[in-house]
Amino acid sequence: MDAVATAFGLVFQPYVLLVILLSAMYGLFVGAIPGLTATMATALLVPVTFFMAPVPAVAAIVTATAMAIFAGDIPSALLRMPGTPASAAYADEAFLLTKKGQAELALGAGLVFSVLGGIFGVLVLIVAAPALAEVALKFSSFEYFWLVMLGFTCAIFIAGTDPLKGVVSLLLGLLIACVGLENPAGAPRYTFGNAELTGGIPLIPLMIGMFAISEVLRFASGLDKPAMAIDRPFGNVFAGMWVLIKKYKLQLLRGSALGTAVGALPGAGADIAAWMSYGISKKFSKEPEKFGTGHIEGIVESGAANNSALGGAWIPALVFGIPGDSITAIAIGVLYLKNMNPGPMLFVENPQNIYAVFIVFILAQLLMLPLGWMAIKIAKRILRIPATVLMPLILLFCVVGSFAINNSLFGVIVMLVAGVVAFFMERWGFPIAPTILGVVLGTMMEEHFFSSLIKADGNFLAFFERPIAAVLGVLTLLIWGWPLFRRLWARKTAVAAA
Amino acid sequence: MQRSDRWVGLVLATLGLIVVWSASAFPNVPGQKLGAGFLPMIVGGGLVVCALALLVRSFRGAAYAGDKAAQPARREHFGSSFIIIGAVVGYILLADRIGFLLVAPLCLLAAFLALRVTLPRALLWALVGTVLVHVAFYKLLRVPLPWGVLRPFY
Repeated sequence: MDAVATAFGLVFQPYVLLVILLSAMYGLFVGAIPGLTATMATALLVPVTFFMAPVPAVAAIVTATAMAIFAGDIPSALLRMPGTPASAAYADEAFLLTKKGQAELALGAGLVFSVLGGIFGVLVLIVAAPALAEVALKFSSFEYFWLVMLGFTCAIFIAGTDPLKGVVSLLLGLLIACVGLENPAGAPRYTFGNAELTGGIPLIPLMIGMFAISEVLRFASGLDKPAMAIDRPFGNVFAGMWVLIKKYKLQLLRGSALGTAVGALPGAGADIAAWMSYGISKKFSKEPEKFGTGHIEGIVESGAANNSALGGAWIPALVFGIPGDSITAIAIGVLYLKNMNPGPMLFVENPQNIYAVFIVFILAQLLMLPLGWMAIKIAKRILRIPATVLMPLILLFCVVGSFAINNSLFGVIVMLVAGVVAFFMERWGFPIAPTILGVVLGTMMEEHFFSSLIKADGNFLAFFERPIAAVLGVLTLLIWGWPLFRRLWARKTAVAAA
Repeated sequence: MQRSDRWVGLVLATLGLIVVWSASAFPNVPGQKLGAGFLPMIVGGGLVVCALALLVRSFRGAAYAGDKAAQPARREHFGSSFIIIGAVVGYILLADRIGFLLVAPLCLLAAFLALRVTLPRALLWALVGTVLVHVAFYKLLRVPLPWGVLRPFY
């Protein structure tokens, strides 16, 4: 209980509370502007958090992302442009509601169910993470190796539409992770005699490039100006919410649960959670014919799902150091910088820091109601800020931020190359998430593979000898074998039919 | 999408072969049959296999999931993207020589004009942006942004 009291002390300080408030406003702003994503908000925050103590640094990221995911709903309803990809699933639905004169309903539901979904995700995080950490304490390199492999597998087969391109993305990420001295033999790999490369590709500039610079380039390559769908002041956005909660409690629960689970799977985050939830909502709805005509049900369920995914994504991130989505991938980088190396030992050695993160999570959800309400009130003014002015400023911010991590122009070079590569990857249909996962987990996978191999004295069967390792390993292999199995099965039934 | 798959496939296959070739030169872990070359070998081999699969798929012309996700046609201005990339390259080359306070407004100005912001507005924001970032990072966060030729005025 001491740790909990310490945690409260860590959070309830004027400085930390100010950081939370400022990052909440920042998150709402970035989330509300189409083209600026929640992941980009996180990447841009990192250079600033770099100069903070661990708890405010994590607090800034947690708060900003929660706000950004909600705020993404605002331009969906007003401009038909999702502010973040996580709102894309129901942007049309929200916009049609606005067209029908029900902007308040669309925005209010977005806000209230974001908060409820967010709280659900946090509660699961609070219950599940310490329990999982207990189990994880007994894990050896075999289990960790398979966990990482399972993470890669999820990112490819669950998160992506095209597994083949997902594999390519992952391999590129692993190749980036190969660079430097940090490998089992301690040999320089792909350093080309460059002193900076011996330390490996710096993670934070890479992420700033992949998530922020690529967005700036995408923005520059296609300038579209959407039209505002409403020109009257908003009424009460909270009107009728209680009725909605009572009417759609099952949808709320289902969306939150699915969101948390999808968030916890590596590589899949809030955006995929929203798409899946919207689909499920339509499938099980009593009135599916109303979907796509400005119906609130799908917004309720997927709006809850994308915010609950945030809490879910932190479960594997904190317990195993395996990011649940791109945002936690960046957050893990920050945790390492702050000497809060994720893993079960964090729960044993620094429980107060973990509890502080939980408290911040809850605070952020509670703050979302008043601040989100204010954001909706001034939304039309925020949305009038021209993105053509913001984007160059963001560009300069990225440049200086990438420089600040090591005070080296090398970071800026990494950022630029990563940004250009990510821009083209997305254009050509290669998902970014597996690449990030490969970069973040590549070194960890190689390390666990080799220590397992040395323990097993070169016997590969030892990878399946411990029970949990065996389950994880078989599961991984089954998912990989599934497409092949399905094709063989289809051929067999086709032959039988003929 | 499929046309890009063809030459992307060729590039990936070449990259994979180079990685496999380079991997054989890395030393083993003492006492083990494997070593620093193992992961690059898997990565390179995997890239070659995937690249071949991409090529085969694109020449067969079969429809696949990626096609459905193709974006609707939009007006595109690659020129603007090139200018923005150029602005960052300019920063990398010039920052240490002429200093942040001179190179940053130039980069900003180039980026604003690339995004078709009017000249007076671009000039104003280039100055405001530079000062903002200078105050935030140099003054508050104490990032040693380069002074370059402005060193004497430091």
